[in-house]
Amino acid sequence: MCAKIHYIAPNIYCCGAGTAADTEKTTEILSSNLTIFSMNSGRNPRLIMAANILQDMLFRYKGQIGAHLILGGVDCTGSHLYTVGPYGSMDKKPYLAMGSGDLAALGILEDRFKPNMEMEDAKTLVRDAIHAGIMSDLCSGNNIDICVITREGVDYIRPYQESEYKDKRQRKYKYKPGTTPVLKENVVPLEIQLVEETVQRMDTA
Amino acid sequence: MNTRGLRSQLKDSVPVTGLAPQAGAYGVQDTMRRGFSSVKNELLPSHQLELSEKNFQLNQDKMNFSTLRNIQGLHAPLKLQMEYRAARQIQRLPFLQSSNLALDTLRGSDDSIGFEDILNDPATSEVMGEPHMMVEYKLGLL
Repeated sequence: MCAKIHYIAPNIYCCGAGTAADTEKTTEILSSNLTIFSMNSGRNPRLIMAANILQDMLFRYKGQIGAHLILGGVDCTGSHLYTVGPYGSMDKKPYLAMGSGDLAALGILEDRFKPNMEMEDAKTLVRDAIHAGIMSDLCSGNNIDICVITREGVDYIRPYQESEYKDKRQRKYKYKPGTTPVLKENVVPLEIQLVEETVQRMDTA
Repeated sequence: MNTRGLRSQLKDSVPVTGLAPQAGAYGVQDTMRRGFSSVKNELLPSHQLELSEKNFQLNQDKMNFSTLRNIQGLHAPLKLQMEYRAARQIQRLPFLQSSNLALDTLRGSDDSIGFEDILNDPATSEVMGEPHMMVEYKLGLL
């Protein structure tokens, strides 16, 4: 199963929608750059830095890199949620959805989001939103992973819920002899005539 | 496509070496070195990002230097460009891969990773130029 939540920094994770290869490579490059930064400066990276680096990179390539990303994490200034589009647009919201199932998920989020929810209510809301995406959109996969980032640490729950539609295919489709009724049988013997015989000796010592 | 924009999309609207028309000696297409020519390939880029990516470093430098000139006066970019020119000359033999460490440090790109470090890394290229011919070409003997 593909993992759509990518590690960026110990306190920052990124969900990637769009072209899978583009999101993979982009988040890997972002993670490398932020690691170099934190080694240079001795500080944990901030979300706004990750968002800025992504914006610069995606704008430079004018949308040819199809990465629709949602960055989330907790840094010294608090907890933030950013989205960066493939053309370099950025937005900061309390709740976000990107990808082919985003309208379905946004429907659920818009309906039930409240600021300062309890942890379990928030997890249920996210699960319901992704479930709506799974049910209503063909390209949205089957399983639900959740990544909870707090000041204390990261809880990457994979899988939070697997699909209830398991594979029930038989895989073997052999039929018993006699399943198809035989209507008529006609036997034609082939007459084999010996035309030529050559014998070659082998030395078997 | 509007014709006013077309002029800026032509390859020779940008003064970057490597994009100039492919004339070798005697002003004729150098088929041996550059391959077959076609008018369309020489005039128009083959990808939307070809021009913008080929000139990306150039444009960044131009922008930074002109900002620096406006803020700090003429001497600052002049001195920096002199240092760039000196660092660019620190190269190994033509067929060997140079690290360009001084140039990277001056530019500040020694602590960031981009696509040019991962994809098409010249250190992992399977082909190498012919050493004798490359040195002779560089010295102008060829």
